[in-house]
Amino acid sequence: MQEIHASQVRPPFYRDERVLGIFSQLLVVIIVVGLGLFFYSNMITGLREKHNVAISFSFLGQAAGFDIGESLIEYSRERTYLRAFVVGLLNTFQVAFLGIIFATALGIVIGVMRLSTNFLVSRIASIYIDIFRNIPLLVLLIFWAQAVFLKLPRVAEAIILPGPIFLSNRGVAIPWGIPTDSWGTFLLVLGAGIVLGAVVSYLLREQGKRTGRMPLITLWFLLTVAAVGLVGWIVLPQPVTLDQPFLEGFNTKGGKILSQQFMALLSGLIIYTAAFIAEVVRAGIQSVSKGQREAATSLGLNPAQTLRLIIFPQALRVIIPPLTSQYLNLTKNSSLAIAIGYPDLFAVAGNTILNQTGREIEMFTMIMGTYLSLSLLTSLLMNIYNRRIRLVER
Amino acid sequence: MKSMRKLNKVGMILSMVIGMIIAACMSPAAGPEVVESDEAAAPAMQEVQSTLSIVQERGKLVCIGNAQLPGFGFLDSEGNFSGFDVDYCRAIAAAIFGDANALEVRPATAKERFTILSSGEGDVIIRNTTWTMSRDTDLGMNFGPTTFYDGQGLMVRKESGVATLQDLQGASVCVVTGTTTELNLADQFAAAGVDYEAVVFEDFDQSFTAYDEGRCDAVTTDKSSLVSRQTTLTVPGDHVIINVTLSKEPLGPAVRHGDDQWFDIVNWVVYATMLAEEHGITSQNVDGFMDSNDPNIRKLLGLEGDFCAKIGLSNSGCFVDVIKQLGNYAEIYDRNLGPDTVFDLPRGLNSLYTDGGILYAPPIR
Repeated sequence: MQEIHASQVRPPFYRDERVLGIFSQLLVVIIVVGLGLFFYSNMITGLREKHNVAISFSFLGQAAGFDIGESLIEYSRERTYLRAFVVGLLNTFQVAFLGIIFATALGIVIGVMRLSTNFLVSRIASIYIDIFRNIPLLVLLIFWAQAVFLKLPRVAEAIILPGPIFLSNRGVAIPWGIPTDSWGTFLLVLGAGIVLGAVVSYLLREQGKRTGRMPLITLWFLLTVAAVGLVGWIVLPQPVTLDQPFLEGFNTKGGKILSQQFMALLSGLIIYTAAFIAEVVRAGIQSVSKGQREAATSLGLNPAQTLRLIIFPQALRVIIPPLTSQYLNLTKNSSLAIAIGYPDLFAVAGNTILNQTGREIEMFTMIMGTYLSLSLLTSLLMNIYNRRIRLVER
Repeated sequence: MKSMRKLNKVGMILSMVIGMIIAACMSPAAGPEVVESDEAAAPAMQEVQSTLSIVQERGKLVCIGNAQLPGFGFLDSEGNFSGFDVDYCRAIAAAIFGDANALEVRPATAKERFTILSSGEGDVIIRNTTWTMSRDTDLGMNFGPTTFYDGQGLMVRKESGVATLQDLQGASVCVVTGTTTELNLADQFAAAGVDYEAVVFEDFDQSFTAYDEGRCDAVTTDKSSLVSRQTTLTVPGDHVIINVTLSKEPLGPAVRHGDDQWFDIVNWVVYATMLAEEHGITSQNVDGFMDSNDPNIRKLLGLEGDFCAKIGLSNSGCFVDVIKQLGNYAEIYDRNLGPDTVFDLPRGLNSLYTDGGILYAPPIR
């Protein structure tokens, strides 16, 4: 009784817990914002008084003046600093994108191998994980660059594989397609193929729902797209011509050259991250209860079917969140490229541009903002995927 | 009871928070004030006290130097600073105190050296520092006579037969990032109309390993560094530094703007070493010149006219001390970079004008 009575009498506001709670939270916000403003204004005053400079991004429009070894877009020394920044960003994006795909594939294979009942297979997988998870990435990258790719023969004595593919310590030169005039039309045909494929898979799904027997929708989708693409390829006058690499002067010319630094960075990142992904995959698979496997076996599914249809879909729910972290790590770790000479975002912007312009605050704001955006974008995509595969309760 | 205790806790947190806010509000006001008073005080002190009197009161010269460039400024096997630049620090100390060891070398990175000099933490920078217009003006430096004419160069394999920039068409070039290395490379190759692939490293070791393994056809940095690095390649004899200079890098001492007397001292100590070489005076034979009749020599050695007093030094034999303890320019050069060292760097531009170089010291008279 007494308690009810006490709560009915409102205490004065300075002793009211609710008021005090709101008040203290407000105070914390004011302090955080105030401190931020204080540091910012301190920086601005310091810069103005000490060096007589103000924060400005106008230097981005000036000519960069330096060359970059590899670029996905057209770039030369007359282009602006902003263009150089974008070149670095695309190089980072390229290595992160390919790294994520290959690291996932390798990681899943190793993770499944780790759980194999075959002694040799599971030993190999666990040795792989134990070695590469426990070597610092920087060490691994420098080892990969200096002890593996730099030890390939010089370009004049390059190993020539059929294709032709040139393997040398300058990198790997491979044949590459060059789009011709009809390339645009071919892309349109391919687009039509995808639309057709979507229609086909929709019809198959409807039919599956009616008959109760689901056909292999993905396979039919791919087959449709490939068929349409093939027709387009034959009908159109050569949408792509093959450009083969050849040796001339100091370097190989033609085709596409995957430079030694790029290969070293990519393989280092893949091998390192795959070890972590393997453990994530193993944990995910082991999280699926034993009963599921036993039930699948008793229904007559073979081990491969059990893994693909029963275990993996359930394991994915556990795998995706930590896998996202690994993707973010891989993207951020790619900034170690600076150690082996690959012109990624950090090497171009945080080193060369910074050296030349002396704009530390502007450059680092841009670099940090870019990595943050890349990471948030990756998280967003993974979260969308995670939501899709979440257990749907009916 | 329980809620009372909780309230007390809230009260404590509140008072802490309020205290912090007060502190935060006060400090922005206090911060800039302190900075301003510091800045106001520094120039005033400089006007009152000359660098020379600060150095003399301290009893030693503080020279901002390098600790990582063999041949120019580095720690030798006994842990002492040694090298071409360090010897010039010692020469200034010898002129002021008559003792080359009245010296403290303050090692600094390329970035911090100017700040250290501006703040008065050091008296002079002798640290393979390139004389450029923006440093002279923006940074408020005065550059003394160039002690070493350097330039960005290119090293290639002998077997490649490369002799000019044009021969490097389509080549890969390893670069060490520096303040202007990449810019010079891009500018010169563009001017020569040569396409190339730049492979940029942040670190000397990485860059030269890549070159040594054949990743690049050429490697570029300052010529003096190329020479010292060539000795570390697998087969040094297989490589050659081609006769192309991508940039001018005049290296010399730098002092603060505004103290002309101090600037004069640094200038004339450097000139004295060149004049001594010109007249054939070395640390070994300097005593034999004391009865010379040549007025130029007599003035250099303080036997005629009181030239040391003109730069504010009471010791009339200030240059004799320099020559006796450090030697002339040739001796300093040979001791650190000459044929008996691993570098074996030809004098080239750094010869006296009488020997085809561009070292030309104004006369003492």
